[in-house]
Amino acid sequence: MNGRNGRLAGTAASLLLTLFGLVFVTFFIGRVMPIDPLIAILGDHAPEDVMARTRVELGLDQPLVVQFGLYVWRLLHGDLGRSVMSSNLVTQDIARYFPATIELATVAIIVATLIGVPLGVLAAVRQGSVIDKVIRVVCLAGHSIPIFLLALLSLLIFYATLDWAPGTGRADVAFEGMNPVVTGFLTIDTAWAGDWDAFYDAWAHLAQPAGVLAYFSMAFIARMTRAFMLDALAGEYIITARAKGLSALRVIWRHAFGNIAVRLITVLALTYAGLLEGAVVTETVFSWPGLGQYLTVSLLNADMNAVLGATLVVGLIYMALNLFADAAYKMFDPRVR
Amino acid sequence: MSDVVKRAWLLSDAPTSRSQAAWGRRYRLWCDFSSNGLAMTGLVIVVLLVLCAVAAPLLAPYDPTLQELANRLSVPTAAHWLGTDELGRDVLSRLLFGARVTLGMVIAVVVTVAPFGLAVGCVAGYYGGWADTILMRVTDVFLAFPRLILALAFVAAIHPGVTSAVIAIALTTWPPYARLARAETLTIRSADFIAAVRLTGASSGRIILRHIAPLCLGSLIVRVTLDMSAIILFAASLGFLGMGAQPPSPEWGTMIATARRFFLDQWWVPLMPGLAIFVASLAFNLLGDGLRDVLDPKQR
Amino acid sequence: MKVEIANLTISFPSPQGMSQAVRGVSMTLGAEKLGIVGESGSGKSLTARALLRLLPPAAVVTADRLQFDGIDILKASERDMRAIRGKRAGLILQDPKYALNPIMTAGAQIAEAWRNQKKGSAKEAMQAAIDLLAQVQIRDPKRVAAAYPHELSGGMGQRVMIAMMLAPDPELLIADEPTSALDASVQAEILRLMEDLVSRRGMGLILISHDLPLVSHFCDRVAVMYAGRVVEELAAGELVRAQHAYTRGLLDCLPTLSHPKGRLAVMSRDPAWLA
Ligand SMILES: Nc1ncnc2c1ncn2[C@@H]1O[C@H](COP(=O)(O)OP(=O)(O)O)[C@@H](O)[C@H]1O
Ligand SMILES: [Mg+2]
Repeated sequence: MNGRNGRLAGTAASLLLTLFGLVFVTFFIGRVMPIDPLIAILGDHAPEDVMARTRVELGLDQPLVVQFGLYVWRLLHGDLGRSVMSSNLVTQDIARYFPATIELATVAIIVATLIGVPLGVLAAVRQGSVIDKVIRVVCLAGHSIPIFLLALLSLLIFYATLDWAPGTGRADVAFEGMNPVVTGFLTIDTAWAGDWDAFYDAWAHLAQPAGVLAYFSMAFIARMTRAFMLDALAGEYIITARAKGLSALRVIWRHAFGNIAVRLITVLALTYAGLLEGAVVTETVFSWPGLGQYLTVSLLNADMNAVLGATLVVGLIYMALNLFADAAYKMFDPRVR
Repeated sequence: MSDVVKRAWLLSDAPTSRSQAAWGRRYRLWCDFSSNGLAMTGLVIVVLLVLCAVAAPLLAPYDPTLQELANRLSVPTAAHWLGTDELGRDVLSRLLFGARVTLGMVIAVVVTVAPFGLAVGCVAGYYGGWADTILMRVTDVFLAFPRLILALAFVAAIHPGVTSAVIAIALTTWPPYARLARAETLTIRSADFIAAVRLTGASSGRIILRHIAPLCLGSLIVRVTLDMSAIILFAASLGFLGMGAQPPSPEWGTMIATARRFFLDQWWVPLMPGLAIFVASLAFNLLGDGLRDVLDPKQR
Repeated sequence: MKVEIANLTISFPSPQGMSQAVRGVSMTLGAEKLGIVGESGSGKSLTARALLRLLPPAAVVTADRLQFDGIDILKASERDMRAIRGKRAGLILQDPKYALNPIMTAGAQIAEAWRNQKKGSAKEAMQAAIDLLAQVQIRDPKRVAAAYPHELSGGMGQRVMIAMMLAPDPELLIADEPTSALDASVQAEILRLMEDLVSRRGMGLILISHDLPLVSHFCDRVAVMYAGRVVEELAAGELVRAQHAYTRGLLDCLPTLSHPKGRLAVMSRDPAWLA
């Protein structure tokens, strides 16, 4: 019991430290920026006294430590500042753009898992065969292709040439804002409203960016699955299972795969986190109105509050997913439990 | 020595000298490696790529900055093998010079990141205790960040360009190296031969430098090679998002970014640099994969 | 039940061509207890696993005859093999720490073996597992059935292994160094238990070990292997009449209480043994 409490305390402490690091790094990046935040807010030609007053209001005349304290204080109150570009609160902006990214990443990871895991298992079971080599090349290509090239190619082929898919964006102009926002996920909201044309349109728009992201993460998932499976299949307990006269399917899925499932959950959590990042480039190409696009547009406009807010949020999700992966270990692996 | 004799000497089961054993080992690794067709393909492409980058001024048919506005966005022709871009510059020449930028960035990142990560990992693993806790916490903070986004924020904060892109990539690339080196160090640290070295009175610094670090190199090299492709993609992504090398630099990602608006009609213009990135990164992946099979067979 | 092996050769590809790990081994076995002794790497495990066709995928096997009760193992389909494995012949491995599936409870692993051959409900299977655990003299079978392998001691783990392999009532038990990973105090106990169960059920036993006196104590016959060959095969009682220099060497290396020696002999190997 004591060891368990100790471990919990250790986890909590390292979590706090990581969180602190996250906040510190975003603060630090915000400070090294050569752009004067005042000019960003007030413009070049504000009168001197307004400048001075705002400087005091924002605490910019204080020493850095105090400023950092203020920054943390505001964060604790959910205040990420105001976006210069949209002049909304950054939190509002994020709440608006975030569901689009989550929708994209979630569909992508589901597709990637459903394809990648069986491929990885197959490659491991048939190690060295032609099929293993084919899977290996497909996966290596997925690792090597720049995601924006894949996205551009996809648009060129499926949209411009074959005309199978609608172009960029999240929905056709005709359906834009037609249905009430319930979850923020268009694929759900449209079904909720019973607007099946819009529902179909939402999926059609989702297919390309999700497919691009799915290929990219499928490659990683399949590769890790293969490596884990090779490891598991070399275990002595596999010999035992076979010596019991079990069928190959049962040996592979119950005994070998059962042993890697927990490790695979970790990989999936990390891949999901990676997808949020891959979304930055994909969303830019597909004009997908998600957090990634919000981030890049803010970057190009030096809208630092927005950039740091989005960075912090994605960082937090990253941390949460890491934590989840850890917790999965402790919940499902009898050796750690 | 005839080839047969040489081969027998190299493959001897009972080497008579240390160098024979060492060369025999290397020869066997090479035999393993060269029997892997994919890995050899990767090696050949990487070598060609390096040659192209080094000899770019000799190989390039045109000055990469030479604008020929009358001949914009041309399809590949006998005069311009890969066509021309939106300012009528020769794409092939730009790709060749772009190889210099890309490989330069990759090398710059690797030579900072690998030694740094190795040092952090070895020190943390060897000393343990507080040093370990602090170093690994810092590592965790950097690992907790989404890499691309941290790099983007960082570059945006200083100044978009090759140098800050390299710094940003390095900043987000070192943690896995530290992790790897630490894990290796932990297994080596308790080995009997380290205890023996310690008994002879060797200092900690000497043990780390002469005995532990060299043993971490194998897996580090594999990791570096595999990472090269990730770094290439990373640099290209920064360029594509306008946060890496700036135009008119012939960096491949930047080239795509500027040519992107033409891709529905003159699709070959952004496609060429895209293919260059793909081929370069695939080559490093193939090479790294093959190296791992040979140098690090336990973690295929 | 009759096992026949004639001129069994097992080789692996290596950079210098095929390297032979087992070289022309022949033996036969009925419902009796055969011991196979030899140093590490002499090919004992490969020989035993060849019988169940559980060799590493890279292994190349040839034999004049390799039969289990008239079934040609070299030609049998995978399905026929599955009818032999578990149902007619069980295999016990050296270290229960690695040989048991770490994420399944002991009970579930035994029940799985039982259910695979005797079709029954999950509940019946679990009851059978608990009965089997009692048969291998585990005092608290319910608790052990619910335990994961890492929660069991080595001796316990090996009892679970035995229970699992006996679940479908096989005719032959192959035990590959079943006690090498255990404490000396538990070794004899486990061997006695195994011997007892085998005799009571009238099963055949192949006991692999590197401990010559131990094997001769528990078995009817002993085959001595060296570098992939059987160099000598004897009735257990005739150990003192061993002919081959390797067997003699093994026996001479042992310390005895009855005839204490000042210095133990060291094995000196004759390259001719390899021929
Ligand atoms: N997967 C394998 N690949 C190559 N050689 C192997 C393999 N497995 C076993 N061998 C070779 O076969 C020899 C005999 O192995 P084994 O039957 O396990 O010996 P033991 O008598 O200790 O049980 C070993 O010395 C090894 O060289
Ligand atoms: Mg063995």
